[in-house]
Amino acid sequence: MLQEFSSQKDTANGYAQLAADVLARAKACGATEADIVVADGETLSVQVRVGAVDRLTKAREKRLGLRVFIGKRSATTSTSDFTQDSLKRLVADTCTLARAVVEDDVSGLPDATQMATEQPSLDLYDETVVNTETQIDWAKRGEAAAFAADPRVTNSEGAEFDSSSGRVVLANSHGFVGSYKSSNFSLSVSPIATESGTGAMQRDAWYEVQRKFARLASAESIGQEAARRAIRRLGARKVATKRVPVVFDQETAGSLLANLCSAVSGYGLYKRASFLLDKMGQVIASDLMTLYDDGRMVGGLGSRPFDGEGLATRKNTIVERGVLKSYLLDTYSGKKLGLPSTGNASRSVGESPSVGPTNFYLVPGVKSPQEIIGSVKEGLYVTELIGFGINMVTGDYSRGACGYWIENGELAYPVEEITIAGNLKQMLKDIEVIGNDLVFRGRIASPTLKISEMMVAGN
Amino acid sequence: MFEPVQLAKFGVTELEAQHALDRLNVRDVDYADLYFESRTSESVSMEEGIVKRAAKSVSQGVGVRATAGEKTGFAYSDELTRKDLEIAADTARYIANSPKGDSPVPVPTQRRPTRDLYPIERAKAEVATADRVALLNEIDAEARRYDPRIKNVMASFNTEYKVVVVATSDGALVGDIQPLSRLQITCIAEDRDNRQVGSFGGGGRVGFEYYRADNRHLSYAREAAREAILNLSAVDAPAGVMPVVLAGGWPGILLHEAIGHGLEADFNRKKTSAFSSLVGKRVASDVCTIVDDGTLPFRRGSLNMDDEGTPTTCTTLIEKGILRRYITDKLNARLMGIPLTGNGRRENYQSVVLPRMTNTFMLAGESDPQDIIRSVKKGLYAVSFGGGQVDITNGKFVFSASEAYLIEDGRITTPVKGATLIGNGPEILTKVSMVGHDLKLDNGIGTCGKDGQSVPVGVGLPTLKIEEITVGGTQR
Repeated sequence: MLQEFSSQKDTANGYAQLAADVLARAKACGATEADIVVADGETLSVQVRVGAVDRLTKAREKRLGLRVFIGKRSATTSTSDFTQDSLKRLVADTCTLARAVVEDDVSGLPDATQMATEQPSLDLYDETVVNTETQIDWAKRGEAAAFAADPRVTNSEGAEFDSSSGRVVLANSHGFVGSYKSSNFSLSVSPIATESGTGAMQRDAWYEVQRKFARLASAESIGQEAARRAIRRLGARKVATKRVPVVFDQETAGSLLANLCSAVSGYGLYKRASFLLDKMGQVIASDLMTLYDDGRMVGGLGSRPFDGEGLATRKNTIVERGVLKSYLLDTYSGKKLGLPSTGNASRSVGESPSVGPTNFYLVPGVKSPQEIIGSVKEGLYVTELIGFGINMVTGDYSRGACGYWIENGELAYPVEEITIAGNLKQMLKDIEVIGNDLVFRGRIASPTLKISEMMVAGN
Repeated sequence: MFEPVQLAKFGVTELEAQHALDRLNVRDVDYADLYFESRTSESVSMEEGIVKRAAKSVSQGVGVRATAGEKTGFAYSDELTRKDLEIAADTARYIANSPKGDSPVPVPTQRRPTRDLYPIERAKAEVATADRVALLNEIDAEARRYDPRIKNVMASFNTEYKVVVVATSDGALVGDIQPLSRLQITCIAEDRDNRQVGSFGGGGRVGFEYYRADNRHLSYAREAAREAILNLSAVDAPAGVMPVVLAGGWPGILLHEAIGHGLEADFNRKKTSAFSSLVGKRVASDVCTIVDDGTLPFRRGSLNMDDEGTPTTCTTLIEKGILRRYITDKLNARLMGIPLTGNGRRENYQSVVLPRMTNTFMLAGESDPQDIIRSVKKGLYAVSFGGGQVDITNGKFVFSASEAYLIEDGRITTPVKGATLIGNGPEILTKVSMVGHDLKLDNGIGTCGKDGQSVPVGVGLPTLKIEEITVGGTQR
């Protein structure tokens, strides 16, 4: 068995006390308001490749982030060194930095009256400790299942089992103190398939992430799905350039939602850097689309009892039948837009808050993915997108894609080295069918989607 | 003069480091190292005409690693006591699971990096926040002065000051101080309902004075503003296969994505790269010679030594079209029996070492850039790019233009909107027909991601012509 690091044992109470001390010191240094985040975590990560352990990583770490306001000026700092000397220096540095920047009328903590008053348990933490041997076993079984699934699976980028758990404590000068623990367990398998004639290789992967170890699907089922995805890419070719309907699978549809999520984020909007500027209350998408961001989903991968500023999280309707109903806001971006926070402050230790989704998802429709593919005479089924060809200011969209060509409602053959292009403003309106297959594999989740037409560039 | 970095900076004695290495020295361990890192990052940023944000972060820790055959055991800690080192060492050696080795770990001989690629700047790394604020204010004013249609300017200035010491089981104890900074500017232009964005930036292992020299910061501001204004008149990009001329400098991201990642030794040892077993084979036309060079003074991708203490080198990857060499770290060089190139890099003490690029560029050719453009009847001229990505296994890569023009009858004409270019790595450079004599390195903004780790890199390119590549626009 591996030993634990001994010197960093602490509790929520210990961190709350530490936070109170630092806040008091900041006040003594001239801060008019301040907040502090303390986070710690443990991770164990095991990578197996071709049946043997490739890499084993274990760590325990902690970090503290401080934000101070001196009137309307503010600065943010962070450190991993929790000694008295280090924290004294941190507070002094932060106050010095804050005095050096310009006054920003809108800056400040949320009002004291807005702070979360209850912190419901959202079932985000599993105390199960998965030991090293078990993690190795899971990864080995996942990879072995991929190799066993088909003789054309000839190689592997490996299988990885990660477990992590940690605690977050947030406190501010209004007297708010919040704390929660969370955990994650994940298995991913990345097999490589080889085409017998040409020797051409294709890689794909499958994965699952859960807050609870017991909820993970079997290693074998994840490995088999990974193999199925790699195998079906063999023999991929380019297609001729043409406009066709495009069906996005769950994963790639999720990436479209992530683009939409950025576009409704308060920071992009007040900087006038979003293609959804000034669209509140207007139709921005197909009337089939209803989209929620729900921070209180029990056991959700994006759930948290309070946001990065200590406001209660909640369920927000972002789009209802195609009409934009809400942005995602924290206090600062909300004030810039004349709106209250939506409880979406996201906070990495050491940075001032930004906006992030909690569990951001599209309400499923009734059609199965097979029915959606079946509705296409000629078109593209996209299973992977690469590159960064998205302009958030204009909505212009052009990305590398691979997937399958659809002929007469059937997946005819795999395709690669093509791009799909359009403009997100139009693409959202051109969503013609929404699938019934919503599954949460991360904070953003979408069922299969069909867009009526996009430009596919190939030969 | 260069001072060798002392372990004392981390409150650790040489004896303690030696003791930890000794603990890692079980029979089946081939190699072990300790990587001590202290990093101070600072940033100031402005938007809406005011410098609103300032941030500073300090981190310190040690990464402890042992390799046995193909296995790597790794642990890290932000505490640096003897006890923490011991626990980390026990975790790292877990993968070897074997009794104590026979031969002792050699006593590290203190040595210094063989060169100093980023001197002077170190002393000037500390700059008053007020000076940074003033720099950003001047940028804002300059960009808005460029054109009244510039409606917002976002600028940030980031610096990092990193001190590392590497102690290895092969007897090295060596340190480096690695300054790094970057200035990044984004402008939003608006003309009625038409809103467009333009970006520009630069930096390197340079101090603050670099940005004020010749008013470099103001030229960055004008470039960002110019691109945003230009894009106001851009038309939709074409779709399909066509000749593309890439301008020099940052478009070298082509090499990074199409070739560079595929030549990292780990993928080739595992035979998961489209370039596996292509050494000695033709992968580019004979006008293409490509190097990875970590030894260029002050460049963003340069290092005196890599993160395993190996001096960086200039490695010829492709010589006149023939694939010559992969880039390596110690683990992969040992397992493959190929030379060590000094490309073992890690994002920080919390990450494992991987073979990574430094500054990757194509050497100058003989063509006149004007002749290259004149040779194209109908095609695309791409000047600036956003990010790129590659699928190592099937070799398909993309990179997305942010400033591009149509070429019609040998002349650069209408600006077009950004579009993604997609191609096949082992094939694309065989379609390079002309290489300009105007090699340019990028301005120092590149960050490369691999396995979740980000490291600073550089790229470079002379003007070049690709006979055909798929352009992912929307227009036939």
